[in-house]
Amino acid sequence: MTTAVLALRGVRRRYADGFALDVTSLDVVAGEVLGVIGPNGAGKSTLLRILGLLERPDEGRVLVDGRAVDARDALAERRRVATVFQEPLLADASVTHNVALGLRFRGVSAARAEPRVRSGLERLGIDKLAGRMARTLSGGEARRVALARALVLEPEVLLLDEPFAGLDAPTRAALVEDLGGILRADRVTTVLVTHERGEAQALADRVAVLMEGRVRQLDETARVFYAPVAEDVARFVGVETLVMGRVVGRADGVTAVEAGGRVLEVAAAAAPGAHVRVGIRPEDVTLTPADGARVVSSARNTLDGTVVRVSASMYATHVIVDVGFPLVAAVTPRSVEELALRPGARVRAVFKASAAHLIVA
Amino acid sequence: MDLLWAGVREALRLLLTGDREVVAILLLSLQVSGLATLVSLAVGIPAGAALALLRFPGRTLVVSVVNAGMGLPPVVVGLFVTLLLWRSGPLGAWEILYTPAALVLAQAVIAAPIVMGITLAAVQNVPEKFRLQLLGLGASRLQMVRVVLREARLPMLAAVMAGFGGIISEIGASMMVGGNIKGQTRTLTTAMVLETGKGNFEIAIALSILLLVLVFVVNWVLTSIQQRRVW
Repeated sequence: MTTAVLALRGVRRRYADGFALDVTSLDVVAGEVLGVIGPNGAGKSTLLRILGLLERPDEGRVLVDGRAVDARDALAERRRVATVFQEPLLADASVTHNVALGLRFRGVSAARAEPRVRSGLERLGIDKLAGRMARTLSGGEARRVALARALVLEPEVLLLDEPFAGLDAPTRAALVEDLGGILRADRVTTVLVTHERGEAQALADRVAVLMEGRVRQLDETARVFYAPVAEDVARFVGVETLVMGRVVGRADGVTAVEAGGRVLEVAAAAAPGAHVRVGIRPEDVTLTPADGARVVSSARNTLDGTVVRVSASMYATHVIVDVGFPLVAAVTPRSVEELALRPGARVRAVFKASAAHLIVA
Repeated sequence: MDLLWAGVREALRLLLTGDREVVAILLLSLQVSGLATLVSLAVGIPAGAALALLRFPGRTLVVSVVNAGMGLPPVVVGLFVTLLLWRSGPLGAWEILYTPAALVLAQAVIAAPIVMGITLAAVQNVPEKFRLQLLGLGASRLQMVRVVLREARLPMLAAVMAGFGGIISEIGASMMVGGNIKGQTRTLTTAMVLETGKGNFEIAIALSILLLVLVFVVNWVLTSIQQRRVW
């Protein structure tokens, strides 16, 4: 494995209010987008400030290209990294002036900065705003300026703290797409801090889950979302069904787990007799009419049950079905109508063995 | 009232004919207070910015001293600068007591805490996150302070106005360290005291009109810069 561009070793940071960040080891590898997700107050911003050499840890080391660096005396290293904070924090000046700011800090002449600023504005689709005063921009425009201001520096590592927070849904979606395109095209090494797991899912190659100041899981994005290592991590990444069970058998790579009076088939390994939690993402559960013919598919689990609750959330309509345990399924509003999903209705829930995963207690 | 009207008429005559003594007094006042303002800015802005950004034990005490210094009585400054510049004093060798240089020194001492206090407040008013963001874009400490001061340019101009306004109309210190010597250290305010004392009200009124116009023009120019929103 190549040396990490940026790495933390045994980093600890304590605050007077009792919060502590405690990261044993974290590597940011060249070319990757590393998502850092976690609930509010998990220490994500502190982590980012330490990575950005803007705050010194109480203990431990920050490594740049494998060399330990002290934030108090790290101007050269700090200039290889660019940090973008949650609020756009633009100077009271024109958009062009703002985007050129970091280049000026690096002594780039106005003549050499100009084409870079212009192409930076174009890439973020805000070239028309060049002459505008920063304070006249909308929230979404200001975010784009803040991102352009960091991207024109062509930093070795881009650190983004909640770059989409507080934007309305269409603005956010457009910005996520545009930024994702730029990061992939240029292979900008990025650390993206967010409390919205969907943003990490859309942009990150790897994801670190930070909870109460500790990295609970660090893995490829798909593995974090589909095979979280612990119950609280699973809940944070959107696994809504987490049912206690006991392994009762194993054959052909499929583990049979008894849970809530049902036997579930799960494509994951666990020793017979082990107590486990079975995790199932709501979007992996399909609902069909209870009296219908068995749908022939690779789905290994077909459970009949009764609808307990139907709730519309931000992302989808969630239906809780009592199949011996509460199973959560994400459905479209159309399905709610077609299947007449309301409390008390009988329904059949189907999910693949590979859609379920096991957390060994 | 006759006295006043006669005074105003005489004042206008002095001003319109460009009376040599009045013009000399006006120019000296402008030079002394302008230079003293520049000195106070050169000292007060870096010191105020440093005080706003640095954390050290006893900082609150220092900030309190600066804030109290904004109301420093000019007479007290006059006394201490006089003692400092007295022939046997620590800076007696400079031999500048009763010269315009002494006026500049005393007025700069009065204006510096004003500039420093306003700079301190202005810089602290720029959110800490903004400063962190500048560092996150690769600013050195000095570059960061420069951008923050630019960001605080409206209150910074207020510092210039307050500093200049405070010393152009100051009298106690000027009288003590300058001595009100005709043609050398006679400023608008000290001349007014003298002429009023002698009963030459028309000259005193002329000088007072000049002083008011001067203060207004300077503030008007600075205010138009401050309030200009196209740059």
